[in-house]
Amino acid sequence: MTEHGSYLPPAGESAGDGALLEPFEVFRQEKEGDAMRHGGSVMAPDGELAVHYAREMYGRRQESIRLWVVRRSDIRELDDPDLLQPPLDRSFKKPGGYVMRDKLAAARERSGQEKPSGGRPRSAPPPTRKSHEG
Amino acid sequence: MPDEYRQGVLRFVEMHANSELMGVLPEREWILRAPTLRRKLALTAKVQDEVGHAQLLYRVAEDLGKSRGQMIEDLLAGKTKFHNVFHYPTRSWADVGVIAWLVDAAAIVAQQALRDSSYAPYARTMRKICWEESVHIMHGRDVVVTMVNGTQAQRDMVQEALDRWWGPLMQMHGPRSDRARDRDIYWRIKAKTSEELRQEFLSIYVPRVWELGLTLPDPELRRDREDGVWHYSEPDWQELRTVVTNHGPRSQERLAFRRENWADTAWVRAIVLGARGAAA
Repeated sequence: MTEHGSYLPPAGESAGDGALLEPFEVFRQEKEGDAMRHGGSVMAPDGELAVHYAREMYGRRQESIRLWVVRRSDIRELDDPDLLQPPLDRSFKKPGGYVMRDKLAAARERSGQEKPSGGRPRSAPPPTRKSHEG
Repeated sequence: MPDEYRQGVLRFVEMHANSELMGVLPEREWILRAPTLRRKLALTAKVQDEVGHAQLLYRVAEDLGKSRGQMIEDLLAGKTKFHNVFHYPTRSWADVGVIAWLVDAAAIVAQQALRDSSYAPYARTMRKICWEESVHIMHGRDVVVTMVNGTQAQRDMVQEALDRWWGPLMQMHGPRSDRARDRDIYWRIKAKTSEELRQEFLSIYVPRVWELGLTLPDPELRRDREDGVWHYSEPDWQELRTVVTNHGPRSQERLAFRRENWADTAWVRAIVLGARGAAA
């Protein structure tokens, strides 16, 4: 945990019956191929009952095709900004880190060529390969 | 998180959870008297949903530091409150329609605004709850529309139920409050004042009630043509205060039922809590 405080409430924070029950986080998948997304949590004395509760809370209306039920205390959390959001320039790892508008303009001026229309070179036709994404 | 914020969210969510838990009792009385199998299935599912909402909300509240057992004990002891509309009796099948349509509609207006609550676990839970509540509203509206298309006796039954529920519905969001002094708004636990919620409810649902040829028992009720603001007779705030402090017509019966239920199910909790020791 960092000085920001954990995103996860500490296990067993609840008083009273919280001492015997513990939180399990529930992740759910809506349809095949989707990512597992966090749905919420349930309190249970063990994993078996946690699965029953999760089914009741997060699968009653056929809104899920798969549930993952994870003991909260088994989740390893990393939220240290020194490791995940370091204040170093990492722009060389991203497409947006390469800005060459002015350099391209200079190169065209040197070669005597026009700026191609439609963003593609005039001599080469646009690729016809169909994208399977999106 | 600041302690005042934690306590504010806890109090707000606990009251909400209590209302979901107590809110099923008026409708539960009609499961065995539902007119068709489909209506019985829908009503049973609604009751199951509302108890499920209570479970989800108590879960959010638990993580803020108060145990579920303590929250139930406080509710049963009258130390914490539940919404005014769940302190009233149900008199006919039309009540089931009016409750599922208009009580849930008044609630969902408030709940939709809570999807943007500053407390993210509550906001995420509200997104799931609003999705389920929208089914309840359709179920209720379908019951009402079916009845107004029926016999004169059925129409009269709907009108009589509406007349009885209108007062509590107008009180439900609470008296006008000063936005600048509302701590729940300051912390963005909620986004809208009681009057904003009531205006939104009236704008959407009064025309839909009138569309069916039903009337509302308030001669002052009208929408200003110029500014679009709804005018209405001042709701009975004394009645609201009386009812939410458990002096409503059914407050004590409903709490007594819950107490009995809490005692009857003690053995289940004992086994569940004991399961951990047995498994170890």
